[in-house]
Amino acid sequence: MNAGKKPCLSGRGVTKEFGFGRNKTVAVDGVDFDFYEGEIISIVGESGSGKTTLAKMLLGLINATEGDIFFQGKKRNIGSHRKKKEYWKSIQAIFQDPFSSYNTFNKIDSVLLDCIRMRGGGRLPREKKIELMTEACSFVNLKFEELTNKYPFELSGGQQQRLMIARIFLLKPQILLADEPTSMIDACSRTTILDTLMQLRDEIGMTPIFITHDIGLAYYVSDTVYIMERGKFVESGTADQVILNPKKPYTQRLINDVPKIYEEWDLSTV
Amino acid sequence: MGNAVLEVNELTTKYITRFGENIYAVDHVSLKVEEGKSLGIAGESGCGKSTLALSLMGYYFPPLYYTSGQIIIDGQNISGMDPDEVRKAILGKEIAYIPQSAMNALNPTQRIINFIEDVIEAHKPYATKKEIYDQAKSLFEVLGLPAEVLNKYPVELSGGMKQRTVIAISVILSPQILIADEPSSALDVTSQKMVIKMLRNLMDSGLIKSMIFITHELPLLYNVTDDIMVMYAGQIVEKAGAHEMVFTPIHPYSQGLMGSIMVPESGLRDKKLTAIPGVPPNLKNPPSGCRFAERCKYVMPECRVTSIPLRDAGGGRAYRCILPKEFLMEAYERERGER
Ligand SMILES: Nc1ncnc2c1ncn2[C@@H]1O[C@H](COP(=O)(O)OP(=O)(O)OP(=O)(O)O)[C@@H](O)[C@H]1O
Ligand code: SF4
Ligand SMILES: [Mg+2]
Repeated sequence: MNAGKKPCLSGRGVTKEFGFGRNKTVAVDGVDFDFYEGEIISIVGESGSGKTTLAKMLLGLINATEGDIFFQGKKRNIGSHRKKKEYWKSIQAIFQDPFSSYNTFNKIDSVLLDCIRMRGGGRLPREKKIELMTEACSFVNLKFEELTNKYPFELSGGQQQRLMIARIFLLKPQILLADEPTSMIDACSRTTILDTLMQLRDEIGMTPIFITHDIGLAYYVSDTVYIMERGKFVESGTADQVILNPKKPYTQRLINDVPKIYEEWDLSTV
Repeated sequence: MGNAVLEVNELTTKYITRFGENIYAVDHVSLKVEEGKSLGIAGESGCGKSTLALSLMGYYFPPLYYTSGQIIIDGQNISGMDPDEVRKAILGKEIAYIPQSAMNALNPTQRIINFIEDVIEAHKPYATKKEIYDQAKSLFEVLGLPAEVLNKYPVELSGGMKQRTVIAISVILSPQILIADEPSSALDVTSQKMVIKMLRNLMDSGLIKSMIFITHELPLLYNVTDDIMVMYAGQIVEKAGAHEMVFTPIHPYSQGLMGSIMVPESGLRDKKLTAIPGVPPNLKNPPSGCRFAERCKYVMPECRVTSIPLRDAGGGRAYRCILPKEFLMEAYERERGER
């Protein structure tokens, strides 16, 4: 099904260990993957399965203990600060906790201005910058005029999440890692956010990677699903293969144990 | 019609903030729970679900104040009752309440059996330790919990076990009604399923006569309760049987909620999701007309004039909107078509 498509991000034997000796834990344990351009990917796992550690390695925030990550077919090289900055033009993330992703001391205007600068727009005239920021805010239903001179922590959780997406709109990355982007907000606002991410995918050809514990979300949004259990990918394939015909007991349990609405939810398994 | 275990008529309650502002978090809410039935309450964060739970138990401690309306529990009107009195006479025996995040509030220095002793001794001062232990043990057996748990401290239990233990403790006096506020939201899927199984078991075995289950997780609610009520900004916007609510919602806000359910089932994948942009109004000064107007795609000038009453929709259903139900239901049908 991926004939002719190129993987934008791949991994071979990617491993992350923390601690030494008896305190050693293997958070991510030799995972292999090929994420194809334009495809929607979900990595599903319960809390503690290693999802977020993997996301941090994909972003280059922490180094793998072992294994290789390939970016656009070539072995990824982000050794220097300059290379890292270059890489972050292509890959961005929205995180579980919106607070953690902003520098507390930067006002919202400068958070957004930074994005314009990262895309090489540092020398644009002031009016043009404001126009871009206003456009980004209205894309996520925020009013730029109401945000100027405020700090991110002065916004509600939902507004912060939308501000994160406004950043993505300005940065236009090729790959977007969304680590539980919807956990803090309610069902219908989360649909709005998913819609905006999908719109971004269509408009700028972004590849979204959802990192989530929500198997219903993974099934609904993704082309390819990876199931993670204790640091390993135990099963992967198309959403229909993995969710409707799970082969591994772990996947079967996860799917059995979430509530159903179309079919009978079998309570006898617990 | 069964016996009403709980009946609430036009209940309005408010918080008074430090700055003297009134926040009407429960605004003219009416509901009825019959013997053998369970009611689910859904709605987004801050809409007043937890406040409604406290209010309908008569649990008025500052900053929460009773304003108006009637609460009848098992035939007894408790509306004007002193909250301390309510706590003594009603809590545990008539109504059992499991607050949001109760399992993290357990005193870490007490064993599980000590919590049960506290509950029983408050109502039966002459019960012996042995009697209490035996009663607890047989309840735990019925609920499929290991009796060893009774001698453990809260930290020794897993999250799922702790939550099921909290539920067991709260029903030890066989209350008429159990109110569970987000009892499974912080748990992994398997523990969550165990909690749900236990709640259903409590109802089926008659250990509790009725239940109110609060959660923003709709597929769970669908699998637990007979009826569902959707709240928005302190008001009920729709009431219906669980199946009708999930599959044929009427109110534009319920439609947004139900249309954003994501479950791993093939029945869902071809349907479009419905999205609602925007956020709920501030309860300090809610709009005078329909509280949903700011986010509603059907909004008209007349929506904003006076408050919109809850309308009867037949078949035990009601909704709060000026548009005819046929129009709304057809529009939803169309919107959810093939994706
Ligand atoms: N102690 C308080 N003082 C003042 N206002 C309060 C207080 N507790 C809650 N509120 C306000 O009352 C409203 C209803 O809150 P409530 O906790 O009942 O919502 P909820 O539906 O249970 O939300 P959640 O899904 O987040 O649990 C909110 O606007 C909230 O800010
Ligand atoms: S009353 Fe008007 S604004 Fe309110 S839900 Fe109905 S159509 Fe929408
Ligand atoms: Mg609550």
